[in-house]
Amino acid sequence: MAEPTTATASEVATVVGTGGVDHAALAARSRVWGALHVAQRQWVNEIPFIHIVLLTALGNPIIYLAAMGIGLGALVTSQVAGVPYLIFVAPALLVSTVATSGAGWGTWPIMGGFKWEKNYFAASATSVTPGQIALGETIGMTARLILQGAAFWVLGLPFNAWHSPWSVLTVPIAMLAGLAFFAPLAAYSATIEDEGIQFNLINRIIVMPMFLFAGTFFPLDVMPIYLQWIGWISPMWHGTQLARVAAFGMAYPLEGVVAHLLVLVAYVAVGLVLMRRNFFRRLTK
Amino acid sequence: MSEAGFRLLDVSVIHASELRKNYGDFAAVDGISFDVAPGESFGLLGPNGAGKSTTMRMIGGTLLRTSGTLEVLGLDPETRGPEVRASLGVVPQSDNLDEELRARDNLIVYGRYFGLPLSYLKPKADELLEFAQLTEKANAKVNSLSGGMKRRLTIARGLVNEPRVLLLDEPTTGLDPQARHILWDRLFRLKEQGVTLVVTTHFMDEAEQLCDRLVVMDHGQIVAEGSPSSLIKQYSSREVAEVRFGSERNAAMVDELRDLAGRIEVLPDRILMYADDGEGLLEEVHRRGLNPVTSLVRRSSLEDVFLRLTGRSLID
Repeated sequence: MAEPTTATASEVATVVGTGGVDHAALAARSRVWGALHVAQRQWVNEIPFIHIVLLTALGNPIIYLAAMGIGLGALVTSQVAGVPYLIFVAPALLVSTVATSGAGWGTWPIMGGFKWEKNYFAASATSVTPGQIALGETIGMTARLILQGAAFWVLGLPFNAWHSPWSVLTVPIAMLAGLAFFAPLAAYSATIEDEGIQFNLINRIIVMPMFLFAGTFFPLDVMPIYLQWIGWISPMWHGTQLARVAAFGMAYPLEGVVAHLLVLVAYVAVGLVLMRRNFFRRLTK
Repeated sequence: MSEAGFRLLDVSVIHASELRKNYGDFAAVDGISFDVAPGESFGLLGPNGAGKSTTMRMIGGTLLRTSGTLEVLGLDPETRGPEVRASLGVVPQSDNLDEELRARDNLIVYGRYFGLPLSYLKPKADELLEFAQLTEKANAKVNSLSGGMKRRLTIARGLVNEPRVLLLDEPTTGLDPQARHILWDRLFRLKEQGVTLVVTTHFMDEAEQLCDRLVVMDHGQIVAEGSPSSLIKQYSSREVAEVRFGSERNAAMVDELRDLAGRIEVLPDRILMYADDGEGLLEEVHRRGLNPVTSLVRRSSLEDVFLRLTGRSLID
């Protein structure tokens, strides 16, 4: 066999030996690392489009920060939550744009993996399991969300949007909020055989309201109490609150911070369980 | 080589016993039993809807069986899916290649699902492209390839993990005759290298060309089993004389011909007469003054076997 170039010597030795492929070793590695193999395979498709991905990742924050932060900020002259408007809105914008992206990825692309590109079916014929395919998609998504969040944070620097180095924590918080949208939506998308208006409805009835009531542009408690529940169930609201605590140390009870974190984790956990179950059902029926 | 968990090679590569798959009340696979020996080319022959593809999916563990025993390389594909599929190559009925990627990249990227290292995959991709006679198309996008080329690429892709068993579901459906022959030739070479082939098909010529042994399936059941020649010998005569009298007269002529041949099949457009000497049969037909519009003599095929067993033709 040729000398290993990109793989480590031990990786080559276990799976491919002098006798050819060692299938038992291949299966053993697949059992452990299968999800990562799937995630990394999905990345390959994005490389030709990486310039588009980067453009959106970078263009988005610039537009939002300029329009909302500076534009609106010029109108909102009093402080909000003890800080200038730009500082108030920037962490929430980061969370919201990243979370909306997570929501988007959880619909059409997931359905496409079953119906059009059928890459999930192709993968299921190899040594990975349906559960690993679901997990792999989520891992790939996580990387995307972190990339977007990090790009936003970096671009916020010249805008003077961050007053504290702790603001960098908004990136993992945004990732969590994005996954909280992605996982349950992906679980649902795995069950859809024919596209009708489901995804449009989801966007208009679920994602948009959650975005508008996430406390992004104004604190949630400005809204009447009978509308605030929309924020309470929105992963974005939980994310923006946490992001503000991290970004400028907004005054917040500890129980509140813990509660927000738990809600986000719960969304992700339940979403993942459902996602794995639905992927399994769709791929084995 | 660590073959822990895999049985020794002189046991069946695939063992199925009373295998069943029900969808509600409908029995897609209705209690079939068969064994596939290592290195043989095994066929499942039957019309669309016979349960062939369903059986293939259960072998790969991508469909859960309702009941029955199924062992692939000594393992249950449902509980040991990754272990079974690590040794399997799967060529599905419809290509699910990545149309936007280049041919070569499809092979490498599929290999990454297995976690095979790039140092292995890169030379392997070139080797497989050459096997599939697609070397000039290595850097072409898949959506620019012809149907036959895509099929060959899908077969090449199924070989990326050096499988011990290759499952091919209707490998030449939709291909022109030349493409089919190229494909059969490639599969024959694989067989020579010791890969066990399991092929489903509704083409009797494909079954005859490729398979050492086959089962004939209909409505989820196995109706016959054996080598192509033994099946023909058992269920048909050596030769068949086909005569056409025109759709008006066809049915009427049957009574005139009944004493001529041991077995007669009446199809909508022609009459088949089975005998060991087809030419002699035709001469007698002409001597009786019955003048068919067209006539021919051919040797018996698996199509005739299927007709005898089920009363229907393979292609409905």
